Amino acid sequence: MDFMKLFNAFPGAVSQGLVWGIMAIGVYITYRILDVADLTVDGSMATGGAVAAMMITAGYDPWLSVFCAFLVGLLAGLVTGLFHTAMGIPAILSGILTQLALYSVNLRIMDGKANTAVNVTKYSVLVSSRNVRSLALNNPIWLLIVISGVLIILLHLFFGTEYGCALRATGANQNMARAQGINTRFGTVVGLMLSNGIVAFSGALLTQYQGFADVQMARGAIVIGLAAVIIGEVVFGKIFRSFWGKLICVSLGAIIYYLVMQIVLWLGLNTNDLKMLTALVVAIFLAVPYWKGLATRPKAGKRGA
Amino acid sequence: MLDINHIAKTFNPGTITEKVALRDADLHLQEGDFVTIIGGNGAGKSTMLNAVSGVFQIDSGSIVIDGHDVTALPEYKRATYLGRVFQDPMTGTAATMTIEENMALAHRRGQRRSPFRWGISGKEKKLYRDELARLGLGLEDRMSARVGLLSGGQRQALTLLMATLKKPKLLLLDEHTAALDPKTAAKVLHLTRELIADHHLTALMVTHNMKDALQYGNRIIMMHEGKVIVDVDRETKSSLRVEDLLQMFEHTSGAALDNDRMLLG
Repeated sequence: MDFMKLFNAFPGAVSQGLVWGIMAIGVYITYRILDVADLTVDGSMATGGAVAAMMITAGYDPWLSVFCAFLVGLLAGLVTGLFHTAMGIPAILSGILTQLALYSVNLRIMDGKANTAVNVTKYSVLVSSRNVRSLALNNPIWLLIVISGVLIILLHLFFGTEYGCALRATGANQNMARAQGINTRFGTVVGLMLSNGIVAFSGALLTQYQGFADVQMARGAIVIGLAAVIIGEVVFGKIFRSFWGKLICVSLGAIIYYLVMQIVLWLGLNTNDLKMLTALVVAIFLAVPYWKGLATRPKAGKRGA
Repeated sequence: MLDINHIAKTFNPGTITEKVALRDADLHLQEGDFVTIIGGNGAGKSTMLNAVSGVFQIDSGSIVIDGHDVTALPEYKRATYLGRVFQDPMTGTAATMTIEENMALAHRRGQRRSPFRWGISGKEKKLYRDELARLGLGLEDRMSARVGLLSGGQRQALTLLMATLKKPKLLLLDEHTAALDPKTAAKVLHLTRELIADHHLTALMVTHNMKDALQYGNRIIMMHEGKVIVDVDRETKSSLRVEDLLQMFEHTSGAALDNDRMLLG
């Protein structure tokens, strides 16, 4: 077996993990903090990518493009939030509806084409897979670490404010939150917006990193995001207990996910089977708390005694 | 302080599960009133409290708290005036947040929550520590512990403290000791009386324990089929025994009291 080949793939896996780690932090906000499973992200990540691709190829600054991607992501979250709170549609279904609608929106953004190339040699981009084995500062890993770090600090500060605490309470116990005068519906919309803004932001980075945007680029993104959240919790949960620490766990979880994917590919797994593998891994990790619960519950006959 | 003006509520109207929960319920509280509510199963006791707190919109009538007509206000806005403790100890607190974070949330009830101010300040922590110390449960030394680690009684005591941390116009207690063991229940009830007396609160307490209903508060009301059927004032109440209450109920409603959890002792 060619260990050098595996070793050479690691920097790529780490930087990809960092990009997806940002996406997974967005998922963490809905899935863990708000206690809502939001499937909008499969659409909004590609939306972010499409916005960035079109803006960069039109000559706009790449920083401006990721910022605009963030804003468009906020809008995607707003749509899901309104489906859910103003129209009473269950959260999961609201996300699926927005995700479906975004497929058309993304094609519109990209002028009806299914993909748009962002050539690194022609346009200036923030991060590119081309430099991933560079030892200089143009290696995307450095910038991605800085971006992830700043994002984690900002979120840590935000969720420590009065409003941030109110959002956490909304996710922890809606009845309690309302009894304390918190507008839980509005909070849910704000959380969904923030989450999708971050996801679209990561989509904009991914487009630059891989050199193209594609309407299919985020298919199954929610599952990868969940995988990162869960792997991070299982592997590092005992080490990091603070809020910022948990977000670092998510980012590290995404990196581990991509490293493992590289290893299984190196071991000879067919690329086409990757999504199935991911789905199975996430299913098993999600089942663990349930199985633990079954093991500790008293036998049926003893209950109610 | 509280005017419940002829309110009515029917759940699932026009369906097979239609349930008339409140019909023409009318109740008026003076400032400083501590009213205990008793009644049979489905009499509308909890429904009336939930109508006041805005869990659902009522079909007719109006609810006025301290001169403010809150009938059309959503639940979270009415929270400005209300302190609430629920039957289920899990309902009143956020399990994944710490004791001090829960108290900080309660301390800001009725205020705009800013994204530019810290959710909890060092100065507040001192206040919370002092308040927790009065519970005598040792919680003041566990302020950064998650509430999910506390027992039901501890959580209920904390919820009670949170409900009164910012003085409410009206304290709503919905069988808040029903899920606790007798000893803990007695402790929490004692604390309830203490907090109500200290802060001069107006309170409505639903209970299934006739003895508690007699022992606590200055007024007893009985509900039956969505209506207030008996209203006993302070003077009469002090001379009442449980048997008198039962007789009064049967006489007025023409039915026997059928609360399967009612404690007569």
